[in-house]
Amino acid sequence: MSRFFYRAGAALLVCIAAAPATLLAQDPASELDIIDTGTTAWMLTSTALVLLMVPGLAMFYGGLVRTKNVLGTMMHSFVAMAIIGVVWAFVGMALCFGETRWEVFGEGNGGLIGWDPGLFLLRDIDATIGRWGAGLPDLVFAMFQGKFAIITPALIAGAFAERVRFRGYCLFITLWSLLIYCPLAHIVWGGGFLTGKAIDFAGGTVIHISAGVAGLVAAIYLGARRGYPRTAMHPNNLTMTLVGAGLLWVGWFGFNAGSSVSSGLKTAQALTVTQIAAATGALAWIFYESLHLKKATSLGLVSGILAGLVAITPAAGDVQPWGAVVLGAVAALCCYVAVILKGKLRYDDSLDVFGIHGVAGIVGAIGLTFLLRPQDGRPPFMEQLWHQTAGVLVSVLYAGVMTLVLVVLVDKTLGLRLGTDAERAGMDHELHGETGYGLLNLN
Amino acid sequence: MKLIIAIIQPDRLDAVHQELINHEIFRITVSRVTGHGKQKDQELYRGQEITPSLIPKVRLEIAVNEEFVKPTIDAILRGARHGNGQVGDGKIFILPLEECIRISTGERGGTAI
Repeated sequence: MSRFFYRAGAALLVCIAAAPATLLAQDPASELDIIDTGTTAWMLTSTALVLLMVPGLAMFYGGLVRTKNVLGTMMHSFVAMAIIGVVWAFVGMALCFGETRWEVFGEGNGGLIGWDPGLFLLRDIDATIGRWGAGLPDLVFAMFQGKFAIITPALIAGAFAERVRFRGYCLFITLWSLLIYCPLAHIVWGGGFLTGKAIDFAGGTVIHISAGVAGLVAAIYLGARRGYPRTAMHPNNLTMTLVGAGLLWVGWFGFNAGSSVSSGLKTAQALTVTQIAAATGALAWIFYESLHLKKATSLGLVSGILAGLVAITPAAGDVQPWGAVVLGAVAALCCYVAVILKGKLRYDDSLDVFGIHGVAGIVGAIGLTFLLRPQDGRPPFMEQLWHQTAGVLVSVLYAGVMTLVLVVLVDKTLGLRLGTDAERAGMDHELHGETGYGLLNLN
Repeated sequence: MKLIIAIIQPDRLDAVHQELINHEIFRITVSRVTGHGKQKDQELYRGQEITPSLIPKVRLEIAVNEEFVKPTIDAILRGARHGNGQVGDGKIFILPLEECIRISTGERGGTAI
């Protein structure tokens, strides 16, 4: 025993003695290569938190569909973790954060897509630090961003819930991630032509607007579920939906506060407004509901949470708490109206992907211009407003048109829409050969 | 008056329900039951095909006046069959119904159904 302590003590002494020597031996440039443990620890935590949102989303969506589709719907989220988890390591990271290519707006103005052979299977960042955040191992950033790539296509699944084939869905999200998410993420974050112009702190444009619009387009092309809107399609388990929404809220702290890619003031600001906007959105939604329907519903409350969270996502680093209150309340109102309008327009965006994510994303991306924290070096108001509008337009048009192309392509080849009999039987029985619950009542 | 009890496969419930609606039969009671017939059902459990000893089924109870007995049976037959009919598609039982009382009004007999 004493021998062990002796050895450990000796090793420690050697380390202490050697440490300054190694520091001195390095050239000044590589001092940046020292890992910032604070930032790294928070970014590792954020990475895990954003991944937690995916099962959260699975529970949120899973509770909202009918009993016979609960597993099929949860599989849409879980299989995204599997597919995008692999695709991202192979090429996703390179396409989003590689060197910018196809500079159609002139040299140096940023291009449309990234590519860097060294990022294929993350080969060149195995042991590098600080490329995307000071003192942060590059692998952590790659994995953090990979979680965003997972949740975005999973969000879309809510729009065409209860009526798509599993194989077709798998192909659809793979192609969607490569052809729509990667270019958009590159354009807004990775060095493309809107990087540094449009403010999109954690993914209002790249994630929520693109997923919302994609959902809308796919839902309209694929058509409504059989019996919609005549037949009531009740949620099979709202308790699960509530827990899912809770997990989403918790995970969103990683999503927004992690997007500061640091562990400091900006992180604190993002975390604070995330909390305030989510709470305001929830409160506002049940307030509107109480006025309109005389009752506050649990689904309303969690819809408000999501509306607030989505709206604050692009703005998290750049507005103050009062701005978060405004965004939360306005987003909840717009989403509330959008969800009612959906019923009137009779398209079947089953779980309101556009009504919540699309609408609140647009409210946040445009609305943040009016609420920016005063800071030196900001462009004039109108210029910023134009950049924000351009970001929204690019996302809406690109995601809209490309999703239509993809949906048609997948539907005509592998088949995306379920057949009548299969849809009636339910996805769990038909596609997965399983049942979600024991003897719970049917709906 | 007759009480029609049908045991069908869960995945055909929607089809049967739709057929019943098409035949203007709107008042039904549905419950989830387990049971055992001739059929062997197979489910997947971690990659293995397993045959459960008791199989999930759906039980429909429909109380009808005489003129609705045939349409109800037709509707169930049409909705509940897999393809042209397979072992395990279920059974229909028809029982005489002595009395029917609507609780809200106290009405009795055929008009209460």
